[in-house]
Parts: sequence; C-alpha cells; structure tokens
Amino acid sequence: MIFKTLTAAAAMLALTAPVLVAGGADDDTLVINGDIEITTKAAAAPHLDGHLDEVMSGWHFRDDDTQAMEMDDFDNPGMIFVDVATDTWNTAEGSEGKSCADCHNEPESMAGVRAVYPRWNEEAGEVRTLQMQMNACRTERMGAEAWKYDSGDAINMEALLASVSRGTPVNVAIDGPAAETWEKGKEIYYTRYGLLELSCANCHEQNYGNYIRADHLSQGQINAFPTYRLKNAKLNGMHSRFKGCIRDTRAETFNPGSPEFVALELYVASRGNGLDVEGPSVRN
Amino acid sequence: MRLTGLTVAAVLVASAAFANVVAPDDVAFGEYGEVEASLTGSAGDVDKGRQIFSEKSMGNCVSCHAVAALPDVPFQGEVGPVLDGIGEYRTPEELRGILVNAKKTFDGTVMPAFYKTSGFIRPGDDYTGKAAPDPIQPILSAQDVEDVVAFLMTLKDN
Ligand code: HEC
Ligand code: HEC
Ligand code: HEC
Repeated sequence: MIFKTLTAAAAMLALTAPVLVAGGADDDTLVINGDIEITTKAAAAPHLDGHLDEVMSGWHFRDDDTQAMEMDDFDNPGMIFVDVATDTWNTAEGSEGKSCADCHNEPESMAGVRAVYPRWNEEAGEVRTLQMQMNACRTERMGAEAWKYDSGDAINMEALLASVSRGTPVNVAIDGPAAETWEKGKEIYYTRYGLLELSCANCHEQNYGNYIRADHLSQGQINAFPTYRLKNAKLNGMHSRFKGCIRDTRAETFNPGSPEFVALELYVASRGNGLDVEGPSVRN
Repeated sequence: MRLTGLTVAAVLVASAAFANVVAPDDVAFGEYGEVEASLTGSAGDVDKGRQIFSEKSMGNCVSCHAVAALPDVPFQGEVGPVLDGIGEYRTPEELRGILVNAKKTFDGTVMPAFYKTSGFIRPGDDYTGKAAPDPIQPILSAQDVEDVVAFLMTLKDN
C-alpha cells in the first residue's frame, strides 16, 4: 500500500533529507507466477556512496492494481509480446536463411544475458546494448536488416530476452574498457538540461517517493524494462523513456540508439546493480 | 464591451508600460536573491496569477507545490514546500526574485528559473523535444511574474 502524506513538514523534510525520507516506496514483495522471486530492493552499489543507500525497483512506486498485473504472466499484457518474439526467434530471415534459434537453440539459452548488458564487446571495440548486439547478429550473421532502435520487433525481442533472465541480479561491468562510456553516462545523468534545468538526479535521486503533479517519482531504474505502460498500451524501451523524461524538462532530447543514450543506459543500469531483472514489467 | 475602452490613449499607455519592461538579462538581484523593482511597473492581477500558478502550459507551479487555497486543482505536487501562508513571511521583492531565478535565493535548487533566457543546456521548444527557436522566450512573461507575485501575496494564514 502507498500512503500519500502531504503535509508541510513532510515536504520540507523531503527537501532537506531526501535519502532519509524514502516516502512512498511500499514494503510489498514481488513474486511472479507464485514462483520467481524478484529482488526489488537492494543495498546500493559502492559507486553510489553519498547518493543512495538503497536501490528500489519502480514496481514499489506503483499502485496495488498495477503491481498485481506484473505478478502473473496471464495478467501481464507485456507477455503477449514475448510470445510474438518467440515466433520471430524461430523464423529464418535474411540472405543466410537463418533464425536466432539456428544458432542459439532455445531462448532459455539466453538466461542471465540481459543482466550484464550493456557490455563491452572486444571485437567491435564498443559498449553494446542488447539491441545493438541483436542487430549485430542480424546484419553480420543473418544477412538481415537491422531493427530500428526501440521499434516493435526490437522491443519484443528484448522483452523475450528479459523474461528468461527474470530473477537474475543486474550486474553490469563499469570498469576496464567500459569505464569511459560509464563516465560519460554519469555526466549526462547529473546534467541539468532544458529550460527547466532539471537532471535525472533532481527527480529520481533527490525526489523519489515524492509526487510531481499526479506522478509518483521512482528512482528511474531500468531493471524492469521493457515496460508495458497502461498509458500507451504497448511495450516501451528505455531509450524512449529517457527521451520522454528529457523532453519533459523542455529540452532538446537525444534519440534512441544515440551514443549519449547508450552511455546513459550503461550508467543507469549500473545504478540498479543488485536489483533483479524484472521485464517485461507493468507501469502506468 | 471592454474593447471599446481600447482608445488611442490606452494603447499609448500600454506601449509605454511595455517599454519599461525589464529584460531577463537586465534583472538586478539583491544580496539574498530578491528583486526590488517591479518588472513592468504595472500591478499584478491576482486572478491571472492563480491561473498561471495552476496550469501546466503556464507556470505549472502546482506540479511541485501544494496550496490549500486551491481545492479545485487536482494532483498538487510535493517536490517543493507547501506555500500556504507564503504571503505572510515573504515580501513581494523576495517572491519576485524566487520566480525570476530561484537559484539566486536557494543555491542549486530544483526549482526552475521562470524569467531567464540564457545559460541553458540544450534548451527545447516547449515540450516538443526539438531545439528552442532563437531567441529563447522565458517560461513566464514579465507581467506573468508580477501576476503570480500578486497571487502569492494573497496566501495568508487565517
Ligand atoms: C549465425 C549464427 C547466429 C544467428 C543466426 C544469431 N546469432 Fe546471436 N550470436 C551469435 C554468436 C556467434 C554470438 C557470440 C559472439 C559475439 O558476442 O559476437 C552471438 C551473440 C548473441 C547475443 C549476446 C550473448 C551474450 O552472452 O553476450 C545475443 C543477445 C544474441 N546473439 C541474440 C541473437 C538474436 C536475437 C538473434 C536473432 C535475431 C541472433 N542472435 C541470431 C550467432 C548468431
Ligand atoms: C521532472 C522530473 C523528471 C526528470 C528530470 C527525469 N524523469 Fe524519469 N520519470 C519521471 C516521472 C514522473 C516518471 C514516472 C514515474 C516514475 O517511475 O518515476 C519517470 C520515469 C522514469 C523511468 C521509468 C522507471 C520505471 O520503473 O518504469 C526511467 C527509467 C526514467 N524515468 C529515467 C530517467 C532518466 C535517465 C532521466 C534523465 C535523463 C530522467 N528520468 C529524468 C520524471 C522525471
Ligand atoms: C520542479 C519543481 C518546482 C517547480 C515547478 C516550482 N517550484 Fe517553487 N520551489 C521548489 C523547491 C524544491 C523549493 C525549495 C527551495 C530550495 O530550498 O531548494 C521551492 C521554493 C519556492 C518558494 C519559496 C518557499 C519558501 O518557503 O520560501 C516559492 C515562493 C516558490 N517556490 C514558488 C513557486 C512558483 C510560484 C512556481 C511556479 C511559477 C514554482 N515555485 C515552481 C520547486 C519547484
């Protein structure tokens, strides 16, 4: 249950001590299909020292009905798109006449993969998001066209790969060759963009638990992506979410798949290290 | 009809008042971020100020601040302090300064600057996600700021 305390004292307190007053995050536990236990609160990674003590899934900030939809695959509309992606997984495409299944067998062979992406790819010499990796398979190994970033096909497949990793803790590497990209993502996270001059941190670090108009602010974690949103009745990718949040600061946004959003994804994912993969999730 | 009052004389007065508007980059702040002089020389309109305070397309102050005097405005936010009684303990000069650029009063505050046109990073064109047209318009006009100050001054404890 979520209790909304709208008193002057609480609002003032929240301003001066946001870390102490984690208002609004409830104490419910998330178990999917009565079977998959999801870690939705965890001690913050060492790199968050002085910023956050505990990290929490956005699930804790949603109302009971929305939460319940995610607890059973039959009630989770996001799972419909997982089924669509399972068909795609088994369908041969491109000049090589191959399907994902031809090389990777069952989707379950990908268990745990979602949790470590974005990840440095040595051969390509770049940090790759899951979508970039899928597209590398399509263009380099299948002779098929790349999927447009955050398009339906790409998001559905991302949902399938997330679903087989549910219950695995996010654990992206931020050191070694990924460090440079991670630093760039961190800088973006703390930059105050737009006419409203608001950074991700202004809302999701300083003010999670508070209401901003009708919206109950979460920590803006991405362990639960893709998210099925009741608002637009479809699966949403994280880059599209980033884009929407930056747009709402009255700023010129970046685009899904841009180097800025790849870096931001790595950084935001690392803020959720320790939380379990939870996608596809349900949000409002 | 109110429009019939729009005589040549009135137009002259109006444009004279407009000429006195302090441009965003010319606003002078006091030591604590207060702004002494009216931005327009014209008194603020309380009713307009209430509307600007409440509407998303305008000031959208309620997204962060709750005010008990606005029971009809749904979903008041809690990112900023409740503003009940603000007219009691803040002067119009302080409120004007907080509205023009709250960072001059509260260092590093989350509250946006409403009468400012320079120094932004990737300024956008309203909520479109596209780049802002040049020159950048402040979120509120000079008179909007005066109207909101007038509204805030009506918020007294009873
Ligand atoms: C012709 C064989 C082939 C096909 C077809 C293929 N892949 Fe791959 N895929 C590979 C190989 C080989 C690797 C590992 C090498 C690498 O990292 O580049 C890989 C790696 C991956 C990874 C990263 C795994 C990890 O542990 O990091 C993902 C995710 C992936 N593929 C998804 C897909 C999807 C989705 C499809 C179908 C759209 C697909 N692949 C089709 C050969 C293939
Ligand atoms: C003006 C405040 C504001 C800013 C600034 C902002 N967001 Fe958000 N964001 C929201 C709101 C409101 C929501 C919906 C409620 C929630 O989950 O917090 C949201 C949701 C999200 C979510 C979805 C979380 C979930 O569990 O579904 C992510 C991820 C996110 N934001 C990331 C970001 C990033 C990254 C930035 C910086 C580029 C950013 N946000 C900037 C207000 C903001
Ligand atoms: C994004 C959130 C946000 C928005 C939008 C916002 N404010 Fe604020 N406001 C704050 C915060 C946070 C503070 C507290 C200052 C601090 O210590 O950082 C504040 C402080 C104030 C104060 C000083 C309160 C006091 O006790 O001294 C006034 C007055 C005020 N705001 C008025 C407004 C008005 C009027 C608007 C609309 C034009 C507005 N605010 C829009 C966040 C916001």
